[in-house]
Amino acid sequence: MLEIKDLQVRGGGKEILRGINLTVKTGEVHAIMGPNGSGKSTLARAISGHPDYEVTGGSITYDGKDLLAMAPEDRARDGVFMAFQYPVEIPGVNNAYFLKAAVNAVRKHRGQPELDAMEFMAYVREKAKILSLDPGLLNRPVNEGFSGGEKKRNEIFQMAVLEPALAVLDETDSGLDIDALKTVAHGVNQMRSPTRSTIVVTHYQRLLNYIEPDFVHVLQDGRIVRSGKKDLALKLEEKGYGWLEAEPQLM
Amino acid sequence: MTQVAERSTPVSPQVARFAAEFPAATSSSQPHWLGKLREGALASFERLGFPTTKHEQWRFTSVTPIAEKTFALATDGPSAADAALLAPIGGARVVAVCVNGRFTPGASSLSAAPKGVQVMGLEDALASNPSLVEPYLAKLSTSETHAFTALNTAFLRDGIVVLVAPHTVMESPIELVFASTGGSRPTMSHPRLLIVAGEASQAQILERYVGRGVTFTNAVTEVWLGAGAVVDHYKVQEEPAEAFHIGSMYLHGARNGNFSSHNITFGGSLVRNEVVAVLDGEGIDCTLNGLYVARDKQVVDNHTTIDHAMPHCGSHEVYKGILGEQSRAVFNGKIVVRPDAQKTDAKQTNKALLLSDDAQINTKPELEIFANDVKCTHGAAIGQLDTMRFSTCGRVVSGLTKRGPC
Repeated sequence: MLEIKDLQVRGGGKEILRGINLTVKTGEVHAIMGPNGSGKSTLARAISGHPDYEVTGGSITYDGKDLLAMAPEDRARDGVFMAFQYPVEIPGVNNAYFLKAAVNAVRKHRGQPELDAMEFMAYVREKAKILSLDPGLLNRPVNEGFSGGEKKRNEIFQMAVLEPALAVLDETDSGLDIDALKTVAHGVNQMRSPTRSTIVVTHYQRLLNYIEPDFVHVLQDGRIVRSGKKDLALKLEEKGYGWLEAEPQLM
Repeated sequence: MTQVAERSTPVSPQVARFAAEFPAATSSSQPHWLGKLREGALASFERLGFPTTKHEQWRFTSVTPIAEKTFALATDGPSAADAALLAPIGGARVVAVCVNGRFTPGASSLSAAPKGVQVMGLEDALASNPSLVEPYLAKLSTSETHAFTALNTAFLRDGIVVLVAPHTVMESPIELVFASTGGSRPTMSHPRLLIVAGEASQAQILERYVGRGVTFTNAVTEVWLGAGAVVDHYKVQEEPAEAFHIGSMYLHGARNGNFSSHNITFGGSLVRNEVVAVLDGEGIDCTLNGLYVARDKQVVDNHTTIDHAMPHCGSHEVYKGILGEQSRAVFNGKIVVRPDAQKTDAKQTNKALLLSDDAQINTKPELEIFANDVKCTHGAAIGQLDTMRFSTCGRVVSGLTKRGPC
């Protein structure tokens, strides 16, 4: 599904990623952890094609295609979804219209017929129900006046509606109280399927109590310094990131 | 006493009267650094004096009723008659009670505190484990520029400490009751509350002020919001109509923290609430909500400051009030967006409903924006019920104003 080889990325005039190797197979959930400034968000942004980040080396292959050669919107049409760390407000654009345009762009790309307004509303209401989200979100302008928690929930809602093949969640858990965290995790778990891959970028292990990852990778100074199963996250929570430096790499 | 006498700055008789109570707040168990801190704060208080309406931040609120009165430092503990006064309302299992600024273990129930949560008396903490509080205590409150905060710090002796360990999630709230009990003469107390929420922790805290008699409660609360921590704070002020209340809360937020404050004022003759929130990390979400209901000649003043020091922080502020009879309210909402704080999203709303011709509100937004990619909105609305009276009566809603039914 996704193969990242020796990825090097610069951003803000600095070298951030210094050779990332990561393979995500279809149906897997990978968690990327690491201290602030280690490059977690940069990796997520490089996958989704953020213009502020320059790929200086390496490759990302997605579904056999060269992902780096594709524009961000082409990546999105092809099923790459990113839940933003800092969702942006789009005043004046109603959430439902925004999503309808996005869903139909994807459907058109796949050669499926576009949904009309009635079909679309029925479809999103159903999604909101499955995720236990307030359907009132639909009638509001995108993220405008939303609290931090509502913005993050709205990202998950958009993910559910767009049904991506590869979902990248960039610190979607940050700043959430335990109930909002459970809602977000519930959304991600509902979306888990053998045909979908998920990359969860998080600073804290707590989210992984609710979203059980198949693999956990730890990023430090722009490199993956350790990979393991779920217990690696627990060990990090207990010992902190400093522990990685104290013990030699076992990869 | 000698320290007070030796000071060279001439102080007004009012200031001297308050300062004279200084030694009464000293206890033998206080660590040396606290003594230094208190002396420094006393010097600040004497230098600053009581603010007058010539100070921009006190333009609409005169503290003369406090400055002119003689308040003795309250020393009484709880009396049996106060059981109802001290009873918690929130259904919390963890309750800490302070009477006249002193932690009262007898009225508190702390045994239900979950693992990772410590709730204790400040004086006890200072005596048994000062290193637990020293890094945090009085580090946020600004005695240098704020006379009442300086006064509180000068009298710093006891209060409540709440420490939530990193990654600890408290699913039920903590209730803190601060009672001021006046006797035959007016008394004052200076309770202190310190809340430290560790990284990725979560807590819900209810801070209540109750009392009887003529009292002056000068409270200071400091809140340290760790990275990724979620703190939900409620302050409910229900002191009697003859009470004076100055309460200042100082918040320091770290990366991705989430803080919400709900500030509710019912009682008191002169009440000033200050909230100063410094958003010192990326991705902090800060909500400040306020509600006040005033009548007779009550004065309720809410001053808030939100300092956006880092990028990607959101602040949402809504203060609403209902003012009857000859009551007066002040709302001043300051928002600072520092040069680094790009992508700030700040929203401020203040609404007041006036129930009589004599009720008054002075509302003022104060925005200082030094970054260029931000969103800051503010709005104020004031409505007079008289014009709506007929329509509400027409809908058979009567007795809304003291003038009786239509």
